[in-house]
Amino acid sequence: METAWQLELRPAGASETTLVLGGRWSMAAGLPSPAALLDRLSPGTHRLGFDAVNLADWDSGLPTLVAGLQKLCATRGIDLDTGGLPAGVQRLLALAQAVPEQTVAGRSGSAAGICTRVGAAVIEFGRDLPAMLAFLGEVTLAFGRLCVGRARFRLRDLWLEIEEVGPRALPIVSVISFLVGLILAYLGADQLKLVGAQIFIADLVAIGMVREVGALMTGIIIAGRTGAAFAAQLGTMQVNEEIDAFRTLGIRAVDFLVLPRMLALMLMVPLLTLYSGFIGMLAGLLVAVTIFDIGMFEYYTETLRALTLTHFLVGLSKGSVYGAMIAFAGCLRGMQCGRSAAAVGHAATSAVVTAILLITIAASVMTIVYYQLGI
Amino acid sequence: MSGTPHIEVSGLAVGYGDYVVQRGLDFTVHQGDIFVVMGGNGCGKTTLMRALVGLQAPLAGTVRYGGEDFWNAPEGRRQRLQRRLGILFQGGALWSSLTLAENVALPLSEYTSLSKTQVDAVVAFKLALVGLSGFEEFYPSQLSGGMKKRAGLARAMALDPDILVIDEPSSGLDPLTARRLDELIVELRDSLGTTVVVVTHDLASILAIGDNSVYLDADTHTMIATGHPREALQNGNAKVRHFLTRGNPT
Repeated sequence: METAWQLELRPAGASETTLVLGGRWSMAAGLPSPAALLDRLSPGTHRLGFDAVNLADWDSGLPTLVAGLQKLCATRGIDLDTGGLPAGVQRLLALAQAVPEQTVAGRSGSAAGICTRVGAAVIEFGRDLPAMLAFLGEVTLAFGRLCVGRARFRLRDLWLEIEEVGPRALPIVSVISFLVGLILAYLGADQLKLVGAQIFIADLVAIGMVREVGALMTGIIIAGRTGAAFAAQLGTMQVNEEIDAFRTLGIRAVDFLVLPRMLALMLMVPLLTLYSGFIGMLAGLLVAVTIFDIGMFEYYTETLRALTLTHFLVGLSKGSVYGAMIAFAGCLRGMQCGRSAAAVGHAATSAVVTAILLITIAASVMTIVYYQLGI
Repeated sequence: MSGTPHIEVSGLAVGYGDYVVQRGLDFTVHQGDIFVVMGGNGCGKTTLMRALVGLQAPLAGTVRYGGEDFWNAPEGRRQRLQRRLGILFQGGALWSSLTLAENVALPLSEYTSLSKTQVDAVVAFKLALVGLSGFEEFYPSQLSGGMKKRAGLARAMALDPDILVIDEPSSGLDPLTARRLDELIVELRDSLGTTVVVVTHDLASILAIGDNSVYLDADTHTMIATGHPREALQNGNAKVRHFLTRGNPT
């Protein structure tokens, strides 16, 4: 059984050569290069023909090769006679040539240099900022309507979002908070050992987790988990023209879609932050008791002494702000989404990036402000 | 069945930023007509539709509903005019998180003072009109393409609009389902007197239901014909005849 193509050059006169094709011409078996094939011809060849009598089978690999030969032969002044090819191959070649190649004035590809791309990115950012502020304005108006009881959304949507954002995020928040608490305890213990003050691991972990790290970790987890989901949900609705349907009916999509998501995150992220702080302290306790020989009760009283209500309020306030920012970024990117599957993916990515950026900026600003205020 | 002018479009230009897709559009849609906006792919049919229903501001020109300038009206007035339109989007655009009944009920509970039971009764009736009785509790993702379109039609008809705007009714439907949808549109027009604007390139549909039409040309970026589609087929512009005969010489 023949498994691959066979090719033979047979001189058919002083300046004429025939390509004798045999076997099975299939793309699976690879194809000869048209240029290499022409190089094998004797220099004086002006005419190239085909003999396909022994050809058993072919797929579109054969016409591809012939089309390549045709292009090259045209530049080298060789006359290519396709008469000897199977009728099907000839018809395919004719079909491929029916519409001449067009010079399409499309987008020029990757020619942009680094300066151009940096410039384009800056311009893009400049365009993005007003859109962000406009959306912020819309959301603020929506909250205003909510306060006076004129915003319309379904309470069921709010409950669904709360369930999705809160309880279902517990496992991942637990794991991350536990590990971060562990790391904090080790890191602190190592330094505090130098001055023989290991008991202050409790202070470090408690204040660190409750005030700062708990909220930050929760924020970043929820940005990846829920912010991306919001953007993808709203983006898909944009693709399906569902948002247009709201607009044409005069129903505010911001009230109906964005408000429940914002509220859910603003309620649940602070609670998750509290929970995260608690899990982090447990991890600290575990490290302190098992590795650094601190008594469990000792650790407990030290933690109680260190933690004040202010620390909890600081953590909660950060949690609310991060929650609002995640929801804002997710909904903004979702509502800005274009009308294609790729745009939805881009919206989800962009939502996470925007959310983490906003969270980090807010974290820095709030830490500095709280420090200056002495809170 | 040409009544009073219902929609008057004059000097309309639509597009994106600097790119004008269609310009110099002048046509009138009469009360109770089924008006077809036809043209090849990418000629700007859907862009025109978005300008007609208030989703995208035109670059120039006016759209008047019952003599009232739509785009220059104050926001509140425009929304009231918009409420007289029912729109069926290409894919149905049903709200995916709501059941069929909730989809149809939302505009009703938003803009009428009906009680919950009354809304339910109206929803059941509208869904029965489009042949979807019993599917009240289904979510859009559980429906076939044809059912989604019919459900979208029920939602578009929820507030008994004066004007129904339909984007590509037959796209994605098999010929028989498409024909049934056409018949449903004609039936609704005949019984309710609704003016219908249909954006389509489906020849069977154009010739079957169109009372009047406009042909948008992609090359010259303007309209090149108006009138009854059958008239256009017999003695209209050569380009329109070419389109209406799928390029076969008649």
